[in-house]
Amino acid sequence: MMRETRTVSHAEDPHSSRRDFLFYATGGVGAVATGAAVWPLINQMNPSADVQAASTLRVDIADVPVGSQLTVLFLGKPIFIRHRAEDEIEAARAVPLDDLVDPIARNPNIEGEVEALDENRALAPFGDSENTGEWLVMWGVCTHLGCVPLGDGAGDFGGWFCPCHGSHYDTSGRIRRGPAPENLPVPVASFVDETTILLG
Amino acid sequence: MSGIPHDHYEPKSNGEKWLHRRLPIVSLMYDTLMIPTPKNLNWMWIWGIVLVFCLVMQIITGVVLVMHYTPHVDMAFASVEHIMRNVNGGWALRYIHQNGASLFFIAVYMHIFRGLYYGSYKAPREITWIIGMLIYLLMMATAFMGYVLPWGQMSFWGATVITGLFGAIPFVGDAIQTWLLGGPAVDNATLNRFLSLHYLLPFVILGLVIVHVWAFHTTGNNNPTGVEVRRTSRKEADADTLPFWPYFVIKDLFALAVILIGFFAVVGFMPNFLGHPDNYIEANPMITPAHIVPEWYFLPFYAVLRAFDGDVWVVIAASFLTGGIVNAAFFGVIAMFGAIVVLALVPWLDTSSVRSGRYRPMFKWFFWIFILNFFLLMWVGARPAEGIYPYIALVGSAYWFAYFLLILPILGVIEKPLPQPETIEEDFNAHYGPEAQGGTSAPVSNPAE
Repeated sequence: MMRETRTVSHAEDPHSSRRDFLFYATGGVGAVATGAAVWPLINQMNPSADVQAASTLRVDIADVPVGSQLTVLFLGKPIFIRHRAEDEIEAARAVPLDDLVDPIARNPNIEGEVEALDENRALAPFGDSENTGEWLVMWGVCTHLGCVPLGDGAGDFGGWFCPCHGSHYDTSGRIRRGPAPENLPVPVASFVDETTILLG
Repeated sequence: MSGIPHDHYEPKSNGEKWLHRRLPIVSLMYDTLMIPTPKNLNWMWIWGIVLVFCLVMQIITGVVLVMHYTPHVDMAFASVEHIMRNVNGGWALRYIHQNGASLFFIAVYMHIFRGLYYGSYKAPREITWIIGMLIYLLMMATAFMGYVLPWGQMSFWGATVITGLFGAIPFVGDAIQTWLLGGPAVDNATLNRFLSLHYLLPFVILGLVIVHVWAFHTTGNNNPTGVEVRRTSRKEADADTLPFWPYFVIKDLFALAVILIGFFAVVGFMPNFLGHPDNYIEANPMITPAHIVPEWYFLPFYAVLRAFDGDVWVVIAASFLTGGIVNAAFFGVIAMFGAIVVLALVPWLDTSSVRSGRYRPMFKWFFWIFILNFFLLMWVGARPAEGIYPYIALVGSAYWFAYFLLILPILGVIEKPLPQPETIEEDFNAHYGPEAQGGTSAPVSNPAE
């Protein structure tokens, strides 16, 4: 009798459920243990604590004269901080929305998707004073293939010009001509006092 | 191995018998080295040995270069100059390693094209082909990461563009890119892990090379006729084959010597010919080179990547059908990897029952257009992505995919192949036998050709 029950297959043998349970339980525990061992090996490649700690930067802009640009390296990429002259601001504000390739402001400091008016791209000043558009802060990374555009009035629109494939940006950093699809993006930034900009 | 009747190792002395009973390693080496090889192999069958040589040369020069290299963003560029100027013979080691990568890729492309023309990927050699494709992928990954190590402008911006490809993947792209880089941009963490993997992957390749050789030693070599070696009797097998040692080893080493003359001429007289001058400018995340170009061996696939911009109808269609998830950037990435995938799947895409292109009159035309198209893509991949060039890249990419997905499947059905020789011996005698040698009755003394 005993001998017969031993020869039937697992599926037909009602007494094998304990063995099946042990089999799957062992397999399950083994899979969890393997995952627990592998995860740290994968996770170690994510940004380390010092890299994450560098995700904010305070920039002193007290010494940036009107009509010049400060370029800082933030999160491995350049940030353009331009102290715009009166004529640059006027030129930027005179552009009708219909002339823009990309009508979106690309500014994460303003909630929702707003029109690419210069007022929606220039950095809001400290306190409650009116945004005169004196300061323009944006990523110096061309939205075409990631090159760094040239500044100081370069290009046909007096703003920036990307030498890689000829994208022209105006004095508000908006794409006007060339292969780039989007305006230069504005980073998360704000004034923490009269002369200090906090990035990130 | 290979089911072809041949001599086997017999341990003779007591010492040999003692070892053989415990570890039959001499037997393994003997069978590997003495494998019966079709005696009609032509000069396109030398690239395997060249590739093994390249792998060993790159590992040896690489191991010693690491003794002097510093994987840190502040010191990597200077440490490479230190190798070039201060380390004894360092300039030679580095130039050999740098140009060795190019020789490696020349050889692998010749090897792959040989397989494509003579149908070496067809049954029963599909596994050999797939393993070979894995090796090729790992070679590209290794070469890419090696190019980042000198930390020049092309290193940095090449790494930025290529890791940016992963960023184009919908939803998870940014997370994957950050994970690969170890931060928001290419930086020290990236350089360190690239050195680690650049050192590791060649040994993975070495393991796969052993499996690759094992696979085709199991099936036997293909040959220019595509006709199988006769396995029915020892006499017939001997008429079709010669042992690998010494006949093919000597032939391959002769070819290798000729190739190395050219290689060392390049290393000695024009070591930077295949490089890019911008890589002698230290990496600078604030300044982009005017024109980012990958190494020459990546150019055909780089051309495919850039061919599909937002104006191409298939891209517009894909974007529309997926609700914008597959945009132009992601489509380009899919196309680039797809170009390699269709190459890997060729054993199942080619429907012809005839192996060798020698007996396929229509296939020949399409094959040579494919080769020319490869060089066209390589050329256009180095041009700026403006004017007429994107259109040329698009036409070239279209032919690449059409070759694998349309031409090869259809040709097998409509093509009428030429008569094939019955045996390898027959083909051999037709080419090298007494009658083929201008009627002289003297026996041929160079059977290995």
